[in-house]
Amino acid sequence: MTLFQIAEPEAPPPHAIKRAIGIDLGTTNSLVATVRDGVAIVLPDERGRPLLPSVVRFAERSVDVGYEALARAPEDSHNTIASVKRLMGRGLDDVAGDRRYPYRFVEGEGVIRIATRAGLRTPVEVSAEILKALRARAESSLAGPIDGAVVTVPAYFDDGQRQATRDAAKLAGLPVLRLLNEPTAAAIAYGLDNASEGTYAVFDLGGGTFDISILRLTRGVFEVLATNGDPALGGDDFDHCLFRWVLEQSRLPPLSATDARHLLGKAREAKELLSRDDAAPIVGMLLDGGRIDVTLSAATFTEITRTLVARTLAPVRRALRDAKLAAADIDGVVLVGGATRMPQIRRAVAECFGQAPLTNLDPDEVVAIGAAIQANKLVGNRDSGDWLLLDVIPLSLGLETMGGLVEKIVPRNATIPVTRAQEFTTFTDGQTAMALHVVQGEREKVTDCRSLARFELRGIPPMIAGAARIGVSFDVDADGLLSVSAREQRTGVEASIVVKPSYGLTDGEIARMLQESFAHAGDDAQARALAEARVDAQRTVTATKSALASDADLLDADERTAIDRALADVERLLGGDDRHALSAAAAALNAATEGFASRRMNRGVARVLAGKRVDALE
Amino acid sequence: MIDFSRNHFELFGLPLRYPIDGRVLEQTYRALQGAVHPDRYAGATDTEKRLALQASARVNEAYRTLRDPVARAEYLLSLHHIDATAEDDMRLPVAFLSRQIERREAMEEAGAARDLRALSMLIDDVRGEAVDLAAEVARLLDDGDLNAARARVREWRFLVKVADDCDALRVADVDR
Repeated sequence: MTLFQIAEPEAPPPHAIKRAIGIDLGTTNSLVATVRDGVAIVLPDERGRPLLPSVVRFAERSVDVGYEALARAPEDSHNTIASVKRLMGRGLDDVAGDRRYPYRFVEGEGVIRIATRAGLRTPVEVSAEILKALRARAESSLAGPIDGAVVTVPAYFDDGQRQATRDAAKLAGLPVLRLLNEPTAAAIAYGLDNASEGTYAVFDLGGGTFDISILRLTRGVFEVLATNGDPALGGDDFDHCLFRWVLEQSRLPPLSATDARHLLGKAREAKELLSRDDAAPIVGMLLDGGRIDVTLSAATFTEITRTLVARTLAPVRRALRDAKLAAADIDGVVLVGGATRMPQIRRAVAECFGQAPLTNLDPDEVVAIGAAIQANKLVGNRDSGDWLLLDVIPLSLGLETMGGLVEKIVPRNATIPVTRAQEFTTFTDGQTAMALHVVQGEREKVTDCRSLARFELRGIPPMIAGAARIGVSFDVDADGLLSVSAREQRTGVEASIVVKPSYGLTDGEIARMLQESFAHAGDDAQARALAEARVDAQRTVTATKSALASDADLLDADERTAIDRALADVERLLGGDDRHALSAAAAALNAATEGFASRRMNRGVARVLAGKRVDALE
Repeated sequence: MIDFSRNHFELFGLPLRYPIDGRVLEQTYRALQGAVHPDRYAGATDTEKRLALQASARVNEAYRTLRDPVARAEYLLSLHHIDATAEDDMRLPVAFLSRQIERREAMEEAGAARDLRALSMLIDDVRGEAVDLAAEVARLLDDGDLNAARARVREWRFLVKVADDCDALRVADVDR
């Protein structure tokens, strides 16, 4: 088995190694990791702590992230945002009635806004603060700017939540190479570490989300067969369950926000103690002088969380069914996420799969480690081995049709990237526009699915009902992000796609936030844009030269001349500071290599098929 | 770009016939993705990235179709300009349909009564019939009797749907 091909004997010179990082943006804690000398390691803060609590506090003069913010949370709960991941890609109606959030939400349509001392903040902006802190940590540890990052998301995140995570990374100034599903990241860390082959289940119970993924590892290919989960179930819920039990035991009235935070912290400590001990004391003082002093036994903890544990097993069964496998077909079960330290979870998983789960990697770090390995590969570092990842989309994508029903276009667990087209027609004579409502979910009714976006196809020439042929194409890229386009087939009218994301930020809003954050940091937005254009142009030049070095025989003399000319134009402008001219030249180079790139890809495919024929003869 | 004029069989270097060696199909799939997947082009030009995305999606689509025996039969027929999926002409034999209606009723009853054993038996029964149909479709396609194959493929597709719905009921019941 050669899953991990160790790099060439001589290491590449240091300057050739690109700075690649993997980020686990967690509900409770976040981490950043990198691959150093062929080994993936988590980068600790200056005090040696690997975790960064995912807590952001908008203080009088600064924005604090991590332990400091966490420590001040009880006294400043309105301005201290924790578990913001639960709010990503969500609307106010999703959190209404959930009294767990001590924040001041602002009424309004679409994306959630929180009133803080620093003004209104969206979950995307709050997450960006966490990412900025991790980026700073990595840049100081790796002594330079980051060349590429992989950011992980729960496998069961919907499109809106993924898009929000992408936006947060953009705001944080991170060059994101890929969004990677958390259980898949863990599988990479395990698979490459243990050189395993077979069918694996990754059971990932994080602070606020639960994922189950079934993967097959074959000769360096990680193929996700099915994924399922619960985007609103995690260790947090066990804390709250424990918290409510303490309230009942102590017969306490509803607590103030400060007391609630305090007691919640005690509940979390007790939960962690119960991973080792048979009983945990919960002792604390309230602001009004009240006292809490109860002891929770492991048996009672198991009993009061029975329903929560059961909620993890339903997605497991659904994932197995979608993968067309039985629990007995699974060769190994990987546990990921701090919450899987709870003994009742381990017992339930062991019972469900009939085998003891694998726990040899730190469940808190394994996702960041896997992300770092993927980032190291995508950025093109040479010590990254030869392996490939084939992931899936977790939830079906569809369109609203007559009667509020959903027409599924892309089914759940389709391997990405995926393109699927469907034809629709007009319902009335002379209809010139068509509204499209994109939804995600498994239910038949639109109202039971997640609304992703609405857009309109305008300018359809008037025809009798049913005569127009409107092709709607759903394209899901390797990040699991959807784009939708529509076209009237007879006339070629393209959709004037004004996507109004249901719970996301528009491109305009993102641009404005970027401007603001530049202004705030004293950065020059122009300089930043120029730097980005240079990086892009340089990548195009390098990639084109490398393509010419290996496949120049695919070009005739005229084509070669055109490419060389376009290449020279870009290189000439790289030294200057005309961003627009540089971007235009890079675009021209891209256009000049279109046919070349096609032929190269065809050559790659032909080599695969030729190789297969050789195999068949042997 | 991968030549779009090539059909799924050609893309995978397979002869244009119904039977397929699943192992060869899987291996070819992984090898093709190894050549075209966007992760292989993370440092490439924007043009190459776009082409990789399209090619990889195309390979996924071909693989999805070829590995699913019903979809593969439908696809093979479509290459002969026979549409086995058109919804506006879903006429199926009366005897077949009435058998499925009976099954659906039994299925709903078993679902309502949470009778897992009855549901499992129903699934086995439907699958047994599907296996027979699969063999017949394979024979008809091999004989070149395409119109007869089309009729059987439609019944097969229908049965798969019944089995899936039945299975969904079973899993939903376990979840309760």
